[in-house]
Amino acid sequence: MAIPRFWREIQSRYNLVGTRCGNCGTLDFPPRDVCPKCGRKSVGKMEKVPLSDSGTVVSYTTIHHAPKGFDGTKPYLLAIVELKDGARLTSQIIDCDPADIAIGMPVEATFRKLGQDGASGIIYYGYKFRPSLPATEET
Amino acid sequence: MRDVAIIGVGDTRFGEIWDKSFREIGIEAGLKALEDANVGAEQIDALYVGNMSAGKFIDQEHVSALVADYAGLANQHPATFRLEGGGAGGGLALASAFMAVASGLWDVVVAGGAEKMTDVGEEEANRILSSTADQEWETVFGATHAALHAMVARRHMYDFGTTREQLAAVAVKNHRNGAKNPNAQYQRELTLEAVLEAPVVADPLGVLDCAPLSDGAAVVVLCPMDMARKFNDTPVRIVGLGVASDTIALHDRRDITTMDSTVVAGKRALHMAKVGTDEIQLAEVHDNYTISEILAIEDLRFVEKGKGGPATEEGVTELDGDIAVNPSGGLKARGQPVGATGIAQAVEVVRQLRGEADARQVDGAEVGLTHVQGGTGATAVVHVFRREN
Repeated sequence: MAIPRFWREIQSRYNLVGTRCGNCGTLDFPPRDVCPKCGRKSVGKMEKVPLSDSGTVVSYTTIHHAPKGFDGTKPYLLAIVELKDGARLTSQIIDCDPADIAIGMPVEATFRKLGQDGASGIIYYGYKFRPSLPATEET
Repeated sequence: MRDVAIIGVGDTRFGEIWDKSFREIGIEAGLKALEDANVGAEQIDALYVGNMSAGKFIDQEHVSALVADYAGLANQHPATFRLEGGGAGGGLALASAFMAVASGLWDVVVAGGAEKMTDVGEEEANRILSSTADQEWETVFGATHAALHAMVARRHMYDFGTTREQLAAVAVKNHRNGAKNPNAQYQRELTLEAVLEAPVVADPLGVLDCAPLSDGAAVVVLCPMDMARKFNDTPVRIVGLGVASDTIALHDRRDITTMDSTVVAGKRALHMAKVGTDEIQLAEVHDNYTISEILAIEDLRFVEKGKGGPATEEGVTELDGDIAVNPSGGLKARGQPVGATGIAQAVEVVRQLRGEADARQVDGAEVGLTHVQGGTGATAVVHVFRREN
């Protein structure tokens, strides 16, 4: 793939940038040009906003039969995550034993290598989620 | 709008057909369908081909003209179209052919589906299958086609108490039916234990919860109902059609355990057919994974939401149950040449309604339904068929 295919998604894959509809306030991830609720009334009113970097697990699976480029880390966890502000996305769950994951588990975004475009292609990065770390008291 | 009949059906055996190319399997099914319909090639006005990804599987695009050419039709210049909608391509081809005849534009129209998946390796084939999901926001993060369905299964188990054994019961039933189908890829029965103990693909789904990679083709011939008996004594009428779409990514669905596209396509088709779910005696539904059949029978309202697992376990969907689901063996055992599946379902329903399904015949079948979906349910196509006495 040409580099722009990865480059143009950086904002959202690095910083969870989505859109807020200026008409109804609905948040979407990734960014959309048209609000699925308001249709044409939203055109020109979709504002880019960073979304919450924490959420909960809606469903998950442990992938044993991995595609090329992912077999080095198999088995690995994949989940649908609902962010605190309501948008949903698909992400790997890392730093988590497959026996410990559960629906409803709180998770938070981290920044990781996602993959590599073939043997000599570019390395691309983005979010993976991990179990939320317990809040530590300030000393 | 004119009433439309299917006057001929033909198909290949599904499986690993090493000795035949894409065009050869397409022509094999097509010639059988024309023979069955008693239609001469010169009578064909148009050809609709369901195909998911010949460009990736065999590096060949433009397959609609290719198939017409090798069917010997090039010098009569029929109209040709290719339809793609992930796993729903065959259903879309049938829907388009139906519209062409119903509209009065053309009289004799062929709807076919073909896929040649074994000219690439298994890993590559699975990568191509996964391309029906959202490449930028699902697969780039390591999602596979199986993994997305596994998340549907996991949530269905969580919300409704569906068990691993109930998922496996779908595969056991469909292999039992496939064992009675001479064109099925797998003509052998499976034990529940074998399904449960099979290697895990994406938990809770194992290898035997997944439909196979297959080569194969299927073709049906359509014409206006009032011309049908000129060709064939046993026309089957297409009485309902519903096509619907939904978000491309699974995570954007209103509810990942309900395929809203199937709900809507089913309602549209049944409304058009003026048929109630209780009148349907058999259905060929999209069982690319065991969980998919459970969702399909719920979302088509054959059983109450959440009860698809227990209903399967209790035999409601067996050949002699309340509604025979996937009498052909389904995608699971009959095979899954992706673009061909929607047409293969119509072929099976026509055979059932004609009373030609031999060992897997559903007694007294008069009304049947087919359902295919693309990706994780971003496209769904439902057709309803009635035997014309």
